[in-house]
Amino acid sequence: MAPPEAVPQPPQPAADAKEASAPAEVTETSAPAEVTETSAPAEVTEASAPAAGVKKAPAPAADVSPDSAPAASVLEARSVSKRFPGVVALDDVSFTLRAGETHALVGENGAGKSTLIKVLTGVYRPDEGELRLAGEQIAFARPFEAQQAGISTIYQEVNLVPLMSVARNIFLGREPKNRFGLIDFSRMHRETTELLDGFGVRVDPKRPLHTLGIGTQQMVALARAVSVNAQVVIMDEPTSSLEPREVETLFRVIEDLRARGIAVLYVSHRMDELYRICDRVTVLRDGRHIHTGDLADLDRMQLVSMMLGRDMAEVRRDGVTSFGSEGHDASRTPVLTATGLSRDHQLHDISLSLYAGEVLGLGGLLGSGRSETAKALAGALSLDSGELSIGGRTLRRLTSAGAIRAGISLLPEDRKAEGIVPGLSVRENIVLAAMPRLSRAGIVSRAKQDRIVDIFMKRLRIKAASPEQKVGELSGGNQQKVLLARWLCLEPKVLLLDEPTRGIDVGAKAEVQSLIDDLAREGLAVLLISSDIEELIEGADRIVVLRGGAVAGELSGDEVAESHLLEVLADHSPAPAGNAPAAKEDPR
Amino acid sequence: MTQAAISTPAARPWARLRDPAWYQEYGVYLAVAVVLLFNALFTEHFMTADNLRTQLVQVAPIVIVALGMALVIGTEGVDLSVGSTMALATALLPLYLGYGLVPALVMALLAGAVVGAINGSLVSLVGLQPIVATLALFVGGRGLALVMADGQLKQIVNPDLLSLGTGSFLGIPLVVLIAAVLAAAVAFLVQRTTFGRQVVAIGGNRSAAALAGLPVRRVLIGVYVLCGVLAALAGILATARLTASDPSSLGTLMELSAITAVVVGGTPLNGGSIRVLGTVAGALLMQLLRATLVKHDLPDSTAQIAQAAIIIAAVYVARERRSR
Repeated sequence: MAPPEAVPQPPQPAADAKEASAPAEVTETSAPAEVTETSAPAEVTEASAPAAGVKKAPAPAADVSPDSAPAASVLEARSVSKRFPGVVALDDVSFTLRAGETHALVGENGAGKSTLIKVLTGVYRPDEGELRLAGEQIAFARPFEAQQAGISTIYQEVNLVPLMSVARNIFLGREPKNRFGLIDFSRMHRETTELLDGFGVRVDPKRPLHTLGIGTQQMVALARAVSVNAQVVIMDEPTSSLEPREVETLFRVIEDLRARGIAVLYVSHRMDELYRICDRVTVLRDGRHIHTGDLADLDRMQLVSMMLGRDMAEVRRDGVTSFGSEGHDASRTPVLTATGLSRDHQLHDISLSLYAGEVLGLGGLLGSGRSETAKALAGALSLDSGELSIGGRTLRRLTSAGAIRAGISLLPEDRKAEGIVPGLSVRENIVLAAMPRLSRAGIVSRAKQDRIVDIFMKRLRIKAASPEQKVGELSGGNQQKVLLARWLCLEPKVLLLDEPTRGIDVGAKAEVQSLIDDLAREGLAVLLISSDIEELIEGADRIVVLRGGAVAGELSGDEVAESHLLEVLADHSPAPAGNAPAAKEDPR
Repeated sequence: MTQAAISTPAARPWARLRDPAWYQEYGVYLAVAVVLLFNALFTEHFMTADNLRTQLVQVAPIVIVALGMALVIGTEGVDLSVGSTMALATALLPLYLGYGLVPALVMALLAGAVVGAINGSLVSLVGLQPIVATLALFVGGRGLALVMADGQLKQIVNPDLLSLGTGSFLGIPLVVLIAAVLAAAVAFLVQRTTFGRQVVAIGGNRSAAALAGLPVRRVLIGVYVLCGVLAALAGILATARLTASDPSSLGTLMELSAITAVVVGGTPLNGGSIRVLGTVAGALLMQLLRATLVKHDLPDSTAQIAQAAIIIAAVYVARERRSR
């Protein structure tokens, strides 16, 4: 159970070095919320004290190892089954969580991960089987009881009260009282500041939560979960909205929990993370338990093939991501040219060109302006200045509708909030943007719609009971495919993809990746935003890196490699030679 | 949700009666049927052509207003100004009847369109909450109507206008016929036209619709204009039946009747779905309920309590479904 030295680790973004120069981050809308790395938390236990020299070793190695003696089990599920009408979500699943371990829970969507978590946290009651907490049989009637018993959960989507202050959120339901029985605000704010300092988050505890960036909100949720005396912390995709630096902080918190003997159940699609921080792994598939064991004993291929239930050789042939290995032949006249896109506080003089047949990666950390750039290119963000031309023709008034007419399509980052219309059918979601084209005199033609829908459901292999099924009932991966179909049926020239594979299962992810590959091969100009560095490197022919809302560098050819990208991201070295945009950004 | 064992087969015929979703879908029709059955058995002189005709004539204006309201609620909005719009329409009629029936009708309907355009602009361009935006004309509209009418009730003597209220075609009162045709037209609009589907999509997810290039503002304004015009039409028909223009009382509390009809009909208040036929049935249910209780010599206040119970039941059923 040695910490994952055995597995190849990607070089870490040298976040510490970045702090020295303390660049102003534009993550937050108003000033004082910057996430700091260096502050060594005062109230943390001795175990993390060595880590105070955060410099070189943020990695686990320094820890008091919990594996000298096999730790006692904290939480145990025995032969748990859970059925829903029409489907068995969990079928005789058993697994044990030991004190002080970080336990990965993996599986494709529909494998039963969420159901298992909900059983463990008292949202569902198992139909069969039993739960044991510290050896004693327990049954939770409500999630609150599970929390009282010491099981804290951090959900993928932040589960707090947006309009309340940071401190109120952290102490919700257990506010410190003064002698008049009223909330002791000064103590609450003081303790919140101390607590968040331990997480490297510096933020005014009086600020309403919704004014923070999503990553910072996630850290607040984490702080709350940990501060309620948890014995078990369940994290459901905690990093999906964090930027690399925040991920580092999260990992350090997990190390700290480990040292205090708290068990962590960690759910993530990101292999890198699992191998970095998890001791053991449990694999579920189709509601059944497939494997539990030390993660170090499995290589990635073995793990992926267990999750997919696919032949090992087949997985290996496909590669880790499903992008073809060779680049695309990009033509040399740009389809889309953006010059000097600027918007107060968000974008500063961004210029870039997109060529037909290429995948242009847009790199950068959270808050670097990637999504804003994509939205600006799609006419969905009003600009202070800047020009957009497509096929040599300058677009005058920028609107979503205008951009779509000109052949620019944007797959937005937030699938739920900006993508799907959950109450409408798969068919209507696909034809949403194309509806005027599929109508005559304002009356929709079902025949035309059905034809298009049929083509794209087949091509993208959208799994739905029928085109009339509500899209809200589909899995994340299939929803994403529906959205891709919505844009592809417009036959765009430029496709802007903002985190196209975030939060979707491994199978769908592979399909989306190879689709992106195919589309570029067919001559589409694709802009790819991804915080999955592997995906960005393997998928893109060229990468423009943003930092603080401005172009920080451009990588092409052999420079499209992890080490180069991280250097530019972390502002570690002068941007690679031969890129003009970087010079523009130079303050001198 | 792949394979695994399918565990609940053998659909028992009555099993769906325990499914709240079924009630949201069909509950309102079931309730109308139950009320009619009850009356057929226990109320004298209820299931007669005369009485049913009276019920339909009375409910027709509510149905017409509720159709527009259903569209607005489908966009996650609400229009409180419909009653005042009816008052405006009724106040304008006697002022322009001197120029003939058609100019008077046009002016009244135009007033509805203007009210709608103002509401729609406040909601979509200024970005006000619908309840606040339409509150302005809820208050101001009736005030303006009273000013125009000098605060007076005026008798209507124009025979053409009066025949709108009393006339019938093939034995069906014109008012009922107009409401039925409009219900069919709105149903078609919602189900089959680009505009209708865009309304539903905008109600279901405004930002997604905007990013998909839908003309969100135009559609929203259009919806409020339609709602205003329908309310004005209801005002005209109600005036014709009353044979008088009375802007101080016409259409008071109409907004609540219309919202009730829409909600009871199964249209969710959070947008993304519009049930036109359900709205008609919802209006009908409230009307029949009231008539039933009145026929059994119970005071009007009892009817209000019964209606409240129905509203709570409708909202409860909708809630059940969402939380599943």
